[in-house]
Amino acid sequence: MTTMNKLLVRLHNVVKHFDISGGFLDRISFTQGRPCLRSTTVKAINSVSLDIFQGEILSIVGESGCGKSTLGRTILGLYPPTSGEIYFQDTRVDNLSSDAWLPFRRQMQMVFQDPYASLNPRMTVRQILEEPVRFHFPELKTPEVRDKVSEVMLQVGVDPAWAGRFPHEFSGGQRQRISIARALMVDPMFIVADEPISALDVSIQAQILNLIMDCQERFGLTYMFITHDLSVVEHISTRVAVMYLGTLCELANKEQLYQEPLHPYSRALLSAIPKLGITNFDHIRLKGEVPTPINLPSGCVFHTRCPYTNKRCQQEMPTLLTASNGTMVACHGVEEGRI
Amino acid sequence: MRLWKKFKNSYALYSFLRDPVAMGSFIILSVLALSAFGAPIIAPHNPYDTTTINIMDAELPPVWQEDADPSFLLGTDAQGRDMLSTMLYGMRVSLVIGIGATMLQAIIGIILGLISGYRGGKIDSFLMRMADVQLSFSTLMVAIFLSAIFQALFGVAAFERLAIPFLVLVIGIAEWPQYARTVRASVLAEKKKEYVEAARVIGLPSRRIMWRHILPNTLSPILVLSTVQVAHAILSEAALSFLGLGMPITKPSLGSLINSGFDYIFSGSWWITLFPGFLLVLLILVINLLGDFVQDVLNPKLYKG
Repeated sequence: MTTMNKLLVRLHNVVKHFDISGGFLDRISFTQGRPCLRSTTVKAINSVSLDIFQGEILSIVGESGCGKSTLGRTILGLYPPTSGEIYFQDTRVDNLSSDAWLPFRRQMQMVFQDPYASLNPRMTVRQILEEPVRFHFPELKTPEVRDKVSEVMLQVGVDPAWAGRFPHEFSGGQRQRISIARALMVDPMFIVADEPISALDVSIQAQILNLIMDCQERFGLTYMFITHDLSVVEHISTRVAVMYLGTLCELANKEQLYQEPLHPYSRALLSAIPKLGITNFDHIRLKGEVPTPINLPSGCVFHTRCPYTNKRCQQEMPTLLTASNGTMVACHGVEEGRI
Repeated sequence: MRLWKKFKNSYALYSFLRDPVAMGSFIILSVLALSAFGAPIIAPHNPYDTTTINIMDAELPPVWQEDADPSFLLGTDAQGRDMLSTMLYGMRVSLVIGIGATMLQAIIGIILGLISGYRGGKIDSFLMRMADVQLSFSTLMVAIFLSAIFQALFGVAAFERLAIPFLVLVIGIAEWPQYARTVRASVLAEKKKEYVEAARVIGLPSRRIMWRHILPNTLSPILVLSTVQVAHAILSEAALSFLGLGMPITKPSLGSLINSGFDYIFSGSWWITLFPGFLLVLLILVINLLGDFVQDVLNPKLYKG
């Protein structure tokens, strides 16, 4: 582990529910002959507490729909959290007005998944890259802004001579580089990378990963790296957080998680990594499907599929506790020592 | 220079040069528009100048018929005005009203559609219900209602003076929901895309995101709608004039010319109604054909079999 620096981002019991009940007429329902208003919510994130330290790459893993992306977007204020607190360098940011957010926008940026949708098709690369600088540093003059654009383009490996072109003239990998350049334009400290390589070819994935790691070394960035690719996680992260159905199951250093996963879900997830040269591939098979986040299971959200479940798991929600090896894990079984 | 080069290499020009219908429509429309706006220069007579009109020239037939006066190519109307000149001036009025009303519709519709689509929630519901209410009254009904009130309040003389801005206003207000709905639909599609989220992460204010990021990406449906709406506005104006609620006969549009000739059609003076009618049909047809072409170019996914 690298030297653990200061706390950069802290999440405290962050909850995000989306109301999907629709309009007034859609919500009227009849129970026992009486009309009443029914509301349906998707429980995307349920009470997640997490610390992100300066200079680390924290990976968030989990299957589709487990709330990874929502978590990243909530931290950046794209979605206001339903409850809970988010701190950036000891300042609470989740309840700020949009004006008060501005200084933090400069510190926190995001790289998106789809390089084909994340760049405005009607703007040239120069316009895309200049916009954040001109907005956040209005005192800079045009030649200075241009210099900055060329400098950052060089850093991400796109020829600055191409700045006048439109995004559709670039390949997926180049677009993702431009997307990273846009995030770097305002000299941020913290970048949420929402599956930045899942939409790319495998050969390009490696280049972009290396670029991401380069930038981290050069600028001392902190990343929250959202992905479902476990081999990438092993390659890149400092720490790993495993999520299932909007809750945090396990938060561990990379080495510890890959050697000795504690939570039953982490074990199943890691056992599913395909490996070369292994003939009798025996991964842990979970029974059933992921329950819907509209009606969460009671107690531990994983109890419907966990092979070690017991009565306590069905009734009581486990909290994130520190296990003997320093890993944070939310599991009654691990706490009781029966797994 | 760069823009010209870009245009020269563009797909739009390429497909335009290979579409005889579009080229033909464009040429006809250009000729019509040029002769309409150049009417004071081209037209052999000035129908607005009452001193040049002689009532003795009334209802003269077109030159190829008997009893025709060679100085009136397409004959004269019941007041003795030269049909060709009156039609050119009338087409100018029709085009001004059509384009003006469409611009007004576009301004109202784009602003409300953007706000409605981007903000969502209660504002969205409110604006869209307003649009529904507006659409449930037909354009003609709104126009008849308003112009009746206007004429009753300010008198016919004031109406004759203010007829053009009034018609622009009425047709503009009656049809804004078309734009609002189209813009809203594309805004809803665009705002989910990641580049909008990226703009929000940068911290740009929502007004700027709406105007600089979302609006340019909704331009193609707006452009397509505009061609249809210009034709539609010209037709609405013609219909209103035909009903006697549009342009006064002293400053006729194509619609009021058709109307004024309608009284004489059974007395044998068919040309007063028929020529402006043909011109109107031709104008609407070429605008619509061009609109079809624009739609095909801007929407390459739409293949025609």
